[in-house]
Amino acid sequence: MLDSPVTDLTRLTLTEARDGLKAKSFSATELTKAHIAAVEKGRALNAYVLETPEHALKQAAASDEKLAKGEARPLEGLPLGIKDLFATQGVRTTACSKILGNFVPPYESTVTSQLWRDGAVMLGKLNNDEFAMGSSNETSAFGNVVNPWRRKGSNVSAGQGGAVEGNHLVPGGSSGGSAAAVAADLCLAATATDTGGSIRQPAAFTGTVGIKPTYGRCSRWGTVAFASSLDQAGPIAKTVRDAAVMLRSMAGHDPKDTTSVDLAVPDYEAAVGRSVKGMKIGIPREYRLDGLNPEIDALWQQGIEWLRAAGAEIVEIALPHTRYALPAYYIVAPAEASSNLARYDGVRYGLREQGRDIVEMYEKTRAAGFGAEVKRRIMIGTYVLSAGYYDAYYLRAQKVRTLIKRDFETVYAQGIDAVLTPATPSAAFGIGEKGSADPVEMYLNDIFTVTVNMAGLPGIAVPAGLDEQGLPLGLQLIGRPFDEETLFALGAAIEQAAGRFPVAERWWG
Amino acid sequence: MSVDLATVKRVAHLARIAVPEADLPKLQGELNAILGFVEQLNEVNVEGVEPMTSVTPMAMKLREDVVTDGGIAEKIVANAPASEDNYFMVPKVIE
Repeated sequence: MLDSPVTDLTRLTLTEARDGLKAKSFSATELTKAHIAAVEKGRALNAYVLETPEHALKQAAASDEKLAKGEARPLEGLPLGIKDLFATQGVRTTACSKILGNFVPPYESTVTSQLWRDGAVMLGKLNNDEFAMGSSNETSAFGNVVNPWRRKGSNVSAGQGGAVEGNHLVPGGSSGGSAAAVAADLCLAATATDTGGSIRQPAAFTGTVGIKPTYGRCSRWGTVAFASSLDQAGPIAKTVRDAAVMLRSMAGHDPKDTTSVDLAVPDYEAAVGRSVKGMKIGIPREYRLDGLNPEIDALWQQGIEWLRAAGAEIVEIALPHTRYALPAYYIVAPAEASSNLARYDGVRYGLREQGRDIVEMYEKTRAAGFGAEVKRRIMIGTYVLSAGYYDAYYLRAQKVRTLIKRDFETVYAQGIDAVLTPATPSAAFGIGEKGSADPVEMYLNDIFTVTVNMAGLPGIAVPAGLDEQGLPLGLQLIGRPFDEETLFALGAAIEQAAGRFPVAERWWG
Repeated sequence: MSVDLATVKRVAHLARIAVPEADLPKLQGELNAILGFVEQLNEVNVEGVEPMTSVTPMAMKLREDVVTDGGIAEKIVANAPASEDNYFMVPKVIE
């Protein structure tokens, strides 16, 4: 049965909506109103931490004027969700941490400013793990995000009477709000960030597409910093084509970020549908972990068959330092975080707790403002950088990082165009199920994605199937530096073979 | 390597995070779980390997040494928990 015509607009993909606006099948205001209504009905998912409907309607009205004049820009009138890690001028930005409190940036992040330059509409700010530290969105100061997917047979839902079967699932993290909002049609696409897998893992957990571009492709200016040598922005979207359109607007050189690369941004959408015939796809044997979930392994084999059928050549490769990526990450990322998060001291913005002197003020402010996971990581980072331990931990980890990157350089020099792996070691798990006793249990979620950040490479997660519980699973493609186009071409080939994985039932409202 | 309680306390102070005595043992256990996990890096032969300093090899861009921004003191202090005359206010630092 069809929903009313207005709410139906939220079922469109970003590019379908773009084409519909150009064809004048509906207006940007109608499209935006449909999404505002969906956001309100979807509050049980806790995907948004701030809704900005008035702001959205103002932008939509301006877009309608542009459309009427035939001056539509690339994202004209398309309603998006923005991860709360991106500073938005005049709109509260918290990184989902208590320590930022009611911070209202007087500036706009470069990535979001480019979305508005291209005509996009902001529906609000999306939930994430505190300072993007987490793999389940359970560390957010605003509470858990609920995955719009439920296990087969589960009827769990907010405020429901009668016998309840099953638990709510996490949407993954740290971009859990972005992934849940896209999967539940609470926006056409969303911005996200990825330091160790925070775009690709939640995309895989929600049946959406997520791409982390090459380090340097998107400006980090105005994005709350976690680990500066690893952080990259990217989109989460409903389709590979949508992700390509989003990334084209988000990417580009920015003089305000010295690590942003001065390279022309290609028309990524043109790469979608491009033939993958003759491409060499590497299958790294080191990713076949002991005890790898047989369903994940089967999905991987299926992905290999699909790409072979599309004309690609499959080559077994070796990436010998793969297993050391995650431990090296848990030195490098906390070290950089401990340095980046030193700025939250209760002086210039955010929370302040009173103390007898300035040191006590710092210590009480940071104790009250940071959550448990953030404190753990700051402390690990402080320890590995402290006198006497720097060489044993940080320096060694940075050397291991060189070796991880060299593994990829070696296979790319042998003519490999991209590497195919699973995106995650499992499907989405239940809220509260992981990491309560041992933080490392949660960290293992990023085992397939973290190498990509350590080597600065682009990686895309594309939904490829459902597991026995009826939950989506994703495949990951890893590309050469600045060759996101190949990932869009290959991702589209998988999407074409696997089909799309929209959430079947809007049980939340 | 693992950390003892005194080290956890010292690191908390270096990180400027107040940790109540009662919470120290739990934190010690968590930190040691992470340190135990990263221990496996000692298996890797890193002899003669350069530590990574930049993941994307690129030359730093130069620009004219000129003022490009400024004159926005009100905006800068707008989010401060305490400010006066465009200064940040903090507890007394010098006796």
